[in-house]
Amino acid sequence: MEKYIFYVLALIMIISAIASVSSRKMLRSVVYLLFVLIGIAGIYFMADYNFLAAIQLTVYAGGIIVLIIFSVLLVHHIDMELEVAKKSKRIITALTCLIGLGVFLTTIYSHPFVETTAAVTTTTADIGFALLSTKAGGFILPFEVISILLLAVMIGAIIIAKGEDGAEDQPKETPLVKQEKSVEKKEELLENEVTV
Amino acid sequence: MIPGISITEILTLTSILFFIGIYGFITRTNLISMLISVEIIMNSTVINFVIINKYLYPELLQGVVYSIFIIAVAAAETALAVAIIINLYKQISSVDVKETETLKY
Repeated sequence: MEKYIFYVLALIMIISAIASVSSRKMLRSVVYLLFVLIGIAGIYFMADYNFLAAIQLTVYAGGIIVLIIFSVLLVHHIDMELEVAKKSKRIITALTCLIGLGVFLTTIYSHPFVETTAAVTTTTADIGFALLSTKAGGFILPFEVISILLLAVMIGAIIIAKGEDGAEDQPKETPLVKQEKSVEKKEELLENEVTV
Repeated sequence: MIPGISITEILTLTSILFFIGIYGFITRTNLISMLISVEIIMNSTVINFVIINKYLYPELLQGVVYSIFIIAVAAAETALAVAIIINLYKQISSVDVKETETLKY
């Protein structure tokens, strides 16, 4: 049973990946990428890593896809079609990729993998203890480094997307702001009159 | 491990995904499309980490922990790349690699 589910998943993933890198509509290519990512989450579920599958679904399918869709909508006209590369370039790239794939597959199929048959279920608690362990083989240092990296990236993304010079970031004089300012001035005048 | 599936089949699948991503990365000229290809490449390598951990050393956790780190770095990289692309679009009104000629000046 698992065999057929895996083959169906693999087929969906490969077809979606090819469609994602060759589709001429931008938004469709993002949606095909979403299918690939969900298929990968399915493989994690089949390999009994439920926590990783949940992370894959929330971070990739939930976060990154929405981010990419937003950027597509911000910078791209939806009905515009992407230009494709020259045919000779495409053919040469495809041939090179096929050669590389051949090298990979010969290496994989000639290497004797010693598969274990032990069925070990990794719980989320195990992963948590490994991440926060300070003993030898623990991952507390990279865990903290990743948190600092995320903080730096958050600040960096805000600064980059905001533009470099602060001059154009100041609030422009919209009619509403002008109105508020004039109202404030009137109030000040009124107060002055009252005190006088 | 997945019953009835050997490790070589999954590695074959991830290799195919990897080279599809490389093909897209080379042939596409749009920055967002290249970002999508990089996501495919990165995800196929993450499956490799997880599957090798599961099939060869199921009592260890290194592969799982490293894949979590890779996912975190990939999310950070995507956020930063999207910020750069939007900033670039504000400056040159295009996200095509052919028209991206200057870094700052």
